[in-house]
Amino acid sequence: MQYGGMIRILGLFLMAFSLTMLPPLGVAAFYKDGAWMAFSWSFLLTLAAGFLLWFPVRGHAPPLKIREGFFIIVLFWSVLTFFGSLPFMLTFIPHLSFTDAAFETMSGLTTTGATVLTDIDYLPHAIKLYHQQLQFFGGMAILVLAVAILPMLKVGGLQLYRRETPGPAKDTQLTPRIMQTAKALWYIYVGLTLLCFLAYWACGMKLFDAVGEAFSTVSTGGFSMHNDNFAHYHGHLIGSVAMIFMILGSTNFSLHFLALREKSLKHYFYDAEFRTFLLFLFLSACLTILTLLIAQVYEEPRTGIYKAIFNAVSIGTSTGFLSASFQSWPLFISVLFMLAGIVGGCAASTSGGIKVIRALILYGQGKRELKRLIHPHAVLPLTLNSRVLSDSLTQSVWGYVAVFFSVFILLVLILMGEGLPFDGAVGAVVACLANLGVGMGGVSDNFVSLNDSTKWVLTFSMLGGRLEIFTLLLLFTPAFWKK
Amino acid sequence: MNIIILGAGQVGGTLAENLVRENNDITLVDVNNKRLKDLQTKLDIRTVTGPASHPSVLEEAGAKNADMMIAVTSSDETNLVACHIGYQLFNTPTKLARIRSRDYLEQQQVLFSTAGFAIDYCISPEHVVTDYIRRLIEYPGALQVLDFMKGEFRLVAIRPYFGGPFVGKPLSHLREHMPEDVLCIAAIYRGNRSIPLNPNTVIEIGDEVFFIAPKEHVRNAMSSLRQLDEPYKRIMIAGGGNIGAELAASLETEYQVKLIEHNTERCRVIAERLKHTTVLQGDASDRELLMSENIEYAHVFCALTNDDEVNIMSCLQAKRLGARQVMALITRTAYVDLVEGSDIDIAISPQQATIGSILTHIRQGDIVNVHSLRRGAAEAIEVIAHGNEKTSKVVGNYLSQIKLPKDASIVALIREGKMIVPYEDTTIQSEDHVIVFLADKKHLSEVERLFQVNVGYI
Repeated sequence: MQYGGMIRILGLFLMAFSLTMLPPLGVAAFYKDGAWMAFSWSFLLTLAAGFLLWFPVRGHAPPLKIREGFFIIVLFWSVLTFFGSLPFMLTFIPHLSFTDAAFETMSGLTTTGATVLTDIDYLPHAIKLYHQQLQFFGGMAILVLAVAILPMLKVGGLQLYRRETPGPAKDTQLTPRIMQTAKALWYIYVGLTLLCFLAYWACGMKLFDAVGEAFSTVSTGGFSMHNDNFAHYHGHLIGSVAMIFMILGSTNFSLHFLALREKSLKHYFYDAEFRTFLLFLFLSACLTILTLLIAQVYEEPRTGIYKAIFNAVSIGTSTGFLSASFQSWPLFISVLFMLAGIVGGCAASTSGGIKVIRALILYGQGKRELKRLIHPHAVLPLTLNSRVLSDSLTQSVWGYVAVFFSVFILLVLILMGEGLPFDGAVGAVVACLANLGVGMGGVSDNFVSLNDSTKWVLTFSMLGGRLEIFTLLLLFTPAFWKK
Repeated sequence: MNIIILGAGQVGGTLAENLVRENNDITLVDVNNKRLKDLQTKLDIRTVTGPASHPSVLEEAGAKNADMMIAVTSSDETNLVACHIGYQLFNTPTKLARIRSRDYLEQQQVLFSTAGFAIDYCISPEHVVTDYIRRLIEYPGALQVLDFMKGEFRLVAIRPYFGGPFVGKPLSHLREHMPEDVLCIAAIYRGNRSIPLNPNTVIEIGDEVFFIAPKEHVRNAMSSLRQLDEPYKRIMIAGGGNIGAELAASLETEYQVKLIEHNTERCRVIAERLKHTTVLQGDASDRELLMSENIEYAHVFCALTNDDEVNIMSCLQAKRLGARQVMALITRTAYVDLVEGSDIDIAISPQQATIGSILTHIRQGDIVNVHSLRRGAAEAIEVIAHGNEKTSKVVGNYLSQIKLPKDASIVALIREGKMIVPYEDTTIQSEDHVIVFLADKKHLSEVERLFQVNVGYI
């Protein structure tokens, strides 16, 4: 392990991260909401910590090995979560405990969207902005992780995107490529966020709200600026804008890249994953509408239809905005939403879950096994986007899904041991492990009522879900640490 | 004509044999000296040993004075280069190349122009054979289906059978009851010999009848001679070589296709290319495999491996197990005669199919299509009549006045896209497409001369 090199990078990350506390600082100064001191201290502490880490080892710049890459990714999220939680603890409102602050920060940085804040409307403006901003920067990090780093590390079948995507990820060289890839992706990401903000603003949102909501829409995070979440905004226009940008945010960013470079939309429609993703959204919206209409939850059918579509899209993209509390809807919808959340959005996007592409590969594999029973001698290659998938790739997808569900069951058991009811435990695990942010049962949209150890388990599972589990689990294998 | 043939393989050898019989000067070039010697003892040809694409070898073969160069070596690249050298160094007027690879063929427009490799005609045997088999599958019960007028009209060989309304009746009966433009009987073979056609000739079971019909009436015409088999649906192909894979690709959208291939690696390649075909890895003559894949419900079993014996054995096996119709690809001419009329319904000779398409380009005059029939003994040609009464020996004359050689007959006229059944008092007009059936192809040159326009006509 090149500890010097890793600490140097971590120091740089921290110093860069400290800069993200400056905009809230400005906002605090502008609104005079009392959070000024807290952000100044947080900024200085983070910067100093980063500098102290970086300065002694500033000359170490050895090429990093793959093993160290895994370690840095985990460190990145953990250390940033630690320092990122400072403003939540230092301000008078909300003045969270360390557990709550870490939960909230991790939830932001992994774009999960699960929250322990109870009275968002009365938070200082600076905290509100910082809160949303965490998701925005989390989304940026996730894109680089999902498009450039995980495929290279071959985690859970994501190497599929390594050679296939003629987009940014092309070579096998590590550093120059990651920088270039990151830049291309960030332009798209920032561009989308900007468009989203303008659209919200044009649709009548307040300027401050529009900025904040845009941050958590494109990153498919799901933090909201208001207690009543998206139900706060009346009219279907804002909801429709949100739906469009949630879908764009959970689309494979390589597709955006290709569409921009070749100035054509055809790649979206040729991509099997994107088409399946839209089909999933469509089906879950239809089922929700049908259930609502049959159960006659809303007197006015049109309200029901709008709320059904909005929530189905928000859950299907693993965002977690809510335009109505679906806890009061028939249980069928809750369970459907949890399943949709587990599948999540497309790979190489800001969404969570096991990703549509893996579901698609497993489906193809299942179909192939059935056909093999009829024709034992048949040679049946598995194809996706008319490209043949190697057996090792399908195996790693199988492996990933098996591990995902094992971890899932384990976490549910732990939470039930902590005293949660079954539905609450399942909901909380889906909310965190699939980076959805919304659960069912007791812990649907707020996690404040849970005890501290449960919150730590969930914080941990948010990180695991975001790092495709393997990356995190790897650190707990003895072989990883052997010289 | 002075013709150089490059490559003395199956196609090259058979081609040389065919062309020598028609009094052409043939020079055969190949790297295999022994093969050339063998052919030279059989045929009256000149041979040159050496790599066919080398300028010195081509010069020795007389490329300067050749009228035509036919490149049919086993390598596409050699064929391409030889044609290009023929064009650049020796100015050979007509160059024909056999190209197998799909990659080259997809770019033919650019690659084969004079700016590219300068190939006048390109033949891809796999393509020709695939088309040939495809047409047989399209018309259940047909022994041979050949195209005229770019596929608008077809020559079909068929064995009359019970259930055909005109079987056992004289030809005059057929003429009276079938509309004129549906079919024209071209020839009837009985016991391996062509029998003269007159209104009293009776169509019998066991004959081999050749008729010409417009594309849309082929099925209709066939039903007059035998009870029509229901259209094929389930096809099983043995052998995933170029022909097998290409056939499966062209059939898989309309039929239910299964393909058996022995080589695991090749299986994988084919399976990745074919979307709807079930590719099976195994031995084509493996009884268990055939049975587990429901051979008894297969309508057609095509054995298309590159091994004649395997093809024959697997076809016999398939037929025994209940396949409705079996076809075997057979390269050795001797085997074709052996298996015809046995359990194997159709023996496909790739050389015959390929040579037909090469012959079209070699024939002089206005011959636009040549098809080799009955293993090369007979030929059906499509020729365009040109000129007027003064310059042509055929235009403006009654059919009875045209002095055709023995064994040759005009079987149909195609005028402005319509088929005309010829009678003694029919006259041929300029621009008519005339289809001539030659029971013996040695009279071919006479027919060629007959249709040539006199020098005075420009």
